[in-house]
Amino acid sequence: MVTTTSSELGAELYRSLGLTDDEFARIKTILGREPNRAELAMYSVMWSEHCSYKSSRIHLKTLPSEGPHVLVGPGEGAGVIDVDGVAVALRLESHNHPSFVEPFQGAATGIGGIVRDVLSMGARPIALLDPLRFGPLPAEQIGDAKVAERNRVLVEGVVSGISSYGNCIGVPTVGGEIKFEGTYSGNPLVNVMCIGVAPKERIMKARAEGVGNKVLLLGSTTGRDGIGGVSVLASATFGEEAEALRPSVQVGDPFTEKLLIEGCLRLIELGLVVGIQDLGGAGLCCATSESAANAGTGMRLDLGQVALRESGMEPFEILTSESQERMLVIVEPKDLDAALAECERMGLRASVVGEVTDSKRLEVVSDGEVVADVPAASLGDGPVYDRPIERPSWVDALSSETIEPPDDIEAGLMKLIGSPNIASKRWAWEQYDHQVMLGTVVRPGADAAVLRIPGTSTRIAVTTDGNGRYCYLDPRGGAQHSVAEAYRNLSALGAEPVAITNCLNFGNPERPEVMWQFAEAVRGIGEACISLGTPVTGGNVSFYNETGDVAIYPTPIIGMVGVMPEDVVVPGPGWRKEGDVILLLGATGQELGGSEYARTVLGKVSGKLPALDLEIERAVGTVAREAIRAGLCMSAHDLSEGGLAVALAEACAISGLGAQIDLQSETPAWELFSESASRILLSVSESAASRVLEIASNAGVPARRIGVVSAGSLRGPGFDLDVAEISSAFHQSFAAAMGYPSASGESSGNVGYS
Amino acid sequence: MSSRVAVVVFPGSNCEQDAVTAIEYLGSESEYVWHLDTDLGAFDAVVLPGGFAYGDYLRTGAIAAFSPVMEAVRDFASRGGPVLGICNGFQILCESGLLPGALRRNAGLKFRCVPVNLRVETSDSLLTSEYKKGEVIEIPINHFEGNYICSSETLEQLRGEDRVAFRYCDSAGALTAESNPNGALDSIAGILNEGRNVLGMMPHPERAVDPAVGGTDGQAILRSLLKSLTSS
Repeated sequence: MVTTTSSELGAELYRSLGLTDDEFARIKTILGREPNRAELAMYSVMWSEHCSYKSSRIHLKTLPSEGPHVLVGPGEGAGVIDVDGVAVALRLESHNHPSFVEPFQGAATGIGGIVRDVLSMGARPIALLDPLRFGPLPAEQIGDAKVAERNRVLVEGVVSGISSYGNCIGVPTVGGEIKFEGTYSGNPLVNVMCIGVAPKERIMKARAEGVGNKVLLLGSTTGRDGIGGVSVLASATFGEEAEALRPSVQVGDPFTEKLLIEGCLRLIELGLVVGIQDLGGAGLCCATSESAANAGTGMRLDLGQVALRESGMEPFEILTSESQERMLVIVEPKDLDAALAECERMGLRASVVGEVTDSKRLEVVSDGEVVADVPAASLGDGPVYDRPIERPSWVDALSSETIEPPDDIEAGLMKLIGSPNIASKRWAWEQYDHQVMLGTVVRPGADAAVLRIPGTSTRIAVTTDGNGRYCYLDPRGGAQHSVAEAYRNLSALGAEPVAITNCLNFGNPERPEVMWQFAEAVRGIGEACISLGTPVTGGNVSFYNETGDVAIYPTPIIGMVGVMPEDVVVPGPGWRKEGDVILLLGATGQELGGSEYARTVLGKVSGKLPALDLEIERAVGTVAREAIRAGLCMSAHDLSEGGLAVALAEACAISGLGAQIDLQSETPAWELFSESASRILLSVSESAASRVLEIASNAGVPARRIGVVSAGSLRGPGFDLDVAEISSAFHQSFAAAMGYPSASGESSGNVGYS
Repeated sequence: MSSRVAVVVFPGSNCEQDAVTAIEYLGSESEYVWHLDTDLGAFDAVVLPGGFAYGDYLRTGAIAAFSPVMEAVRDFASRGGPVLGICNGFQILCESGLLPGALRRNAGLKFRCVPVNLRVETSDSLLTSEYKKGEVIEIPINHFEGNYICSSETLEQLRGEDRVAFRYCDSAGALTAESNPNGALDSIAGILNEGRNVLGMMPHPERAVDPAVGGTDGQAILRSLLKSLTSS
């Protein structure tokens, strides 16, 4: 029987651990007594927002999660879809708070965590993508110069952390985004997506089946790093004390992660694994209780068997430590020796830390004494809140503002193409190994990455997308736009989108207006996913993204996967040949609300979002896919931030070719900068043009000829710009803004990618 | 053909699968050899692949140089067997003393994953024999520590003995500061040992074998390695 000294457990203690009075009362009811220190720590981390999804759960339930490709939906370590008979796992997660406190290690360990999520499905990680959001760089001269310099340092640190960790573990980083908005100065977003593959029959689940089975802890030793990381960092708002939280950030060891990947996959391949679970937020406490609860079993855990990094660690510290690079594996007693021997051979630390029981309880023993004894399921079965929702008053005020296009088209275009949001992020992705595993068919810099799926004749296209500015102005519409843009990205490569995962980055859910943004965004994602046929296979929620009392723009990030046969030739965003005809799929309206132009040139974040008809989005995507798959397109590029102007300029910068544009419009500036949705820019040979227009017309999709590919300049009504000038702005501005003015800017190698 | 290429795997190697895949693409087979193995007797060629052997938390390749398998590699090389060290493999060969010099951090202090142009400096070795001297090829690099350095005596020796295999260059074959991606001394991208059977290079030829993912300019190196098997 567990003993409790109730005097040590005053309200001050549990409140400091992030538990409310009601939650504490609930723990007492579950246990029929007061929890002791270790138990209290366990509940506090497991019932934290980060682990329990207590504020988001009722909303997430509404998302569509079924579809013909879905093998495993939400609730597991990662979603899994069927791609041509192979299981493809996908997961997107945040590591925002740790990365703000310590950018290098925060970003690095974020990768470690997501890789273990995918590994916990029995899948080999084959690709990473990093959607990142920061405050403006000094070059933009927006706001406080000191803050801007700190933003630059954060970008530098995060990119280095991704490079260091991702490259070492030998998983290619094939895509992502880097965007800048003032709102992220106090709270950058560091999200990371991982894709993995496994033979379908080998997909694993986090289940501690089989009474008497052994519980193995693999990988790193357990130390005091990251104690209570989820409750301290991920579930509270930053004040000025961010520096003081640095000890709560874990330090990554990519070498051990690599051993874990190879070791776990080897044990699974040898058929020695009954269940497997990663140790992430809430460490051992979460992995043991979840895997037991999932299987309806219990577990006895002996803390004395956990290899420790330092002496004198308290039971609660061992249980909630977030030391990185650890996995929990359940093996049958008869396979124990073989499993341990294989780990030894591979140089991977492994210790038997417990046993599966039929008690349905998590019993924790230390030095022969029971230090915690709780119903296993109760830790994961935390409180669920239907938090109050209130539509903020400023939404209407902002959306009633109107934005006018520029008088000087050239100046507007050059400003956009050289802005950190639009300019090529080559400086960053050149630091990532995007080629290892020899599967990257389309590398970073295109609208999405394309990967081979070994053992199949199918390829997948992967992208991440999110538009915080749109979601700030209209969370439901903005979220729909984010899904639609991801859909458009994949369609522009000829891929058919089949599933999404997401990471929902929001402010403090205890504030009704943040909760309104969240509910609206989830609704928008659900609506878009139903219309576009891309079920939600899982996701991650990151709340409390604010510093002081200012929340970030609500920023749902969508990670989308599409499929295509391997014989599809991906055209790429850049022009190919002089004389090719330039076609625009989709209709353009006068829509500049929330646009890149409004933000970067006018310094405004306001207006009404562009209209979005998801059926039209789907139709435009289908036309692009059909034309690309028929081999009719020389280039294809989706239109998004910056509209047609930016898409044209990018196609020029990437190829070195120009274009002669005739918009046949009285209002060319609107045509160029409007961010109307559902548009894709194509270039096709003269002989193919009529066929593509016919495909569009049959599908009821507006399409028209807007010019021809030429040499030397990008020319049209009100603009005549030298391609060399556009190209150097596009290729070099970002490196220059990061303080590396002489970094290589010229495109080399494969034509077509920035 | 029976499997006679050994691809050495250290804990932390991460390009071993790519080497095997590239060799497979060229119609041959290879076999992994674990770092604890001490016998390469069954093999006719050895590849030390890229990656981060033992994490490379120390100087790159410094720990791997002392692994059991490197004794066997040393022995294999001394008997004239072809050894190809790619990236981390090159670093390990330098640390092991099989090749002279060392690889320092890139001049820009950044990891770089980019395609680079290389000028073939000698075709007078088994592993470069399929190229023409002076030919410009494109192969990607992927490293943080590729900045080659050696003493001036060693450099003289390398030059005098025609042991510089590849130099970084521009697309026309000129050696320029801009085309040197890591600050390597004399733009050196790869070198040979005295016996001309050991080649260490920072660029990744296995990434330039299959046209679907990175061109074909690296094929010749692996092909000549495989050809040595059939002719031996």
